[in-house]
Amino acid sequence: MSDITVKQPMNVRTISDGARPMEVVAILVKRSMIRVRRMPSAFIPSLIMPVFQLIAFSGAFGFAVTSLGIKNALDWYVPLNAMQGASFGALGVSFGLINDMQTGFFDRILMAPAQRWVTVISSLVAAVVRCFVPITFVVIVGYIGGMNTPGGPMAIVCVAIASVATAIVAAGFAIGLTFRMRNLGAATLTQFAIFFTIFLSTSQVPLSAMSGWLRGVARINPMTNILRFARQGFLGDVTWEQSWGGLIAMGALLILTFIYAMTGIKKFDQ
Amino acid sequence: MSIAIADPKMPDSKLMASSSSARSLFRHTFALTHRSVVGRLRQPAVLAPAFIFPLFFAALGSASFNKLAGDPYFTANIAKSFMNYAVAGAVLQGVLFGSTSAAGDLATDIEQGFFERLLASPISRTAIVLGRLVGSMVVAVVQVMIFLIIFLVAGARVESGPIGYLGLIGGGALLALAMSALMAGLAIKSGSPEVVQGAFPLVFVLMFLSSAFFPRHYMKGWYRTVADWNPMSHIVEGMQGFMNHDLSASQFAKSWLLPLVIAIISIAFALRALNNRLAAS
Repeated sequence: MSDITVKQPMNVRTISDGARPMEVVAILVKRSMIRVRRMPSAFIPSLIMPVFQLIAFSGAFGFAVTSLGIKNALDWYVPLNAMQGASFGALGVSFGLINDMQTGFFDRILMAPAQRWVTVISSLVAAVVRCFVPITFVVIVGYIGGMNTPGGPMAIVCVAIASVATAIVAAGFAIGLTFRMRNLGAATLTQFAIFFTIFLSTSQVPLSAMSGWLRGVARINPMTNILRFARQGFLGDVTWEQSWGGLIAMGALLILTFIYAMTGIKKFDQ
Repeated sequence: MSIAIADPKMPDSKLMASSSSARSLFRHTFALTHRSVVGRLRQPAVLAPAFIFPLFFAALGSASFNKLAGDPYFTANIAKSFMNYAVAGAVLQGVLFGSTSAAGDLATDIEQGFFERLLASPISRTAIVLGRLVGSMVVAVVQVMIFLIIFLVAGARVESGPIGYLGLIGGGALLALAMSALMAGLAIKSGSPEVVQGAFPLVFVLMFLSSAFFPRHYMKGWYRTVADWNPMSHIVEGMQGFMNHDLSASQFAKSWLLPLVIAIISIAFALRALNNRLAAS
């Protein structure tokens, strides 16, 4: 009896090999971007609203900020609106996930030979890609409006880091909640959570100008540290004293939301 | 058995007919107002933002900008505290949120076919629109009263006295009439709740480009010019007058007369949209 050996082609993998995680992430991120292109009406509000709020806040509350020694109200509000736009832009991944759950596509992803963490990571990477558009838009409008960047290019780097981190935190929380609730309420609740967390910090005026209950809440709100990190290059030089609090807050929130998202998908599986 | 048939040429029967039609318009409007108010109360998730966000923004503004009360111009000409200033802005915001969601309900009625059933029933056509508008006014009155109680507990004061309370409540009701008529016109014209919700950002823009959240005196450049021309600035300043100054005719002119003029134009727009829809069907 002769042995028959079947040679496996180099580019074919068996099911037991599983899909390469990074390939799956790339494909799912690409799919998320295609959704943005095909349904721009779902993404455009997250692009327009931060720009409108930037104009409205700097126009309406400009006096309250410039009377405290800040040269231009845009220097105070550009980082805030970049972070807000990034987080709301990132929330689109939660809406996409709910849609996939409702249409049954998500069940097919779960049936595929990919690890669970890949599904979570791909949503977070998609959130990062999505959030760059509103950040860029807000910064360009800020430049046109005459914002100052005494911290040089590092000012933009700090805003970008803070905005991306906020977007990942928002997306992570939204995904974790979506796996638990499995309906649109998860995205709405996340919108509320982001809105209140951002506004109950130094979003509108510095701590020194606040009074009463808001001062106490803003002092312990981690978003205050992240906003300080994001704003430092717009108000002066970028320094370690202004950075470390924000970096710790971002790191802690990123770890917590990643854990929340991962435990969410495990609960969904069960 | 005798059947009395009224002669249409008789002046008395004309009078009776017109009084009977006025009575049925009132009855139908009342019934549809009741339905509209009950419908709103049964959707607390839709109604809640009209309460939560205005109160949140007022509390946030009071805590963020209270140091502005240290400015002599602010205390002498605008308000004694930022909270007293923020009350009118909260009323405006709450009423605008509420009016938009009421028009959304009307659009949902059209989309789901209930509006067609109303048209087929022996109901006054005007009452179909008026019922929604009066429903919005009722909700606005309750909303302004709740806001006033909350702000009074938090330390705000109505400087213009008891008539000032009525001024604020009446102003809120008339603004609700004006905005819900405008939005109802849009709802009838389009028949789509998405279009009504899509128009909300415009209301949001109007609100932010006014003195609802910060005094016009401190605004600069083009933003100040837009706020000067924005009717919302004048309506909210009329309401702020009730909160922060002695009673004057200008407060009523700004917060009652201006919304009333907008309401008349908006109701005409809504009824025209209704006629066009009827003609098309």
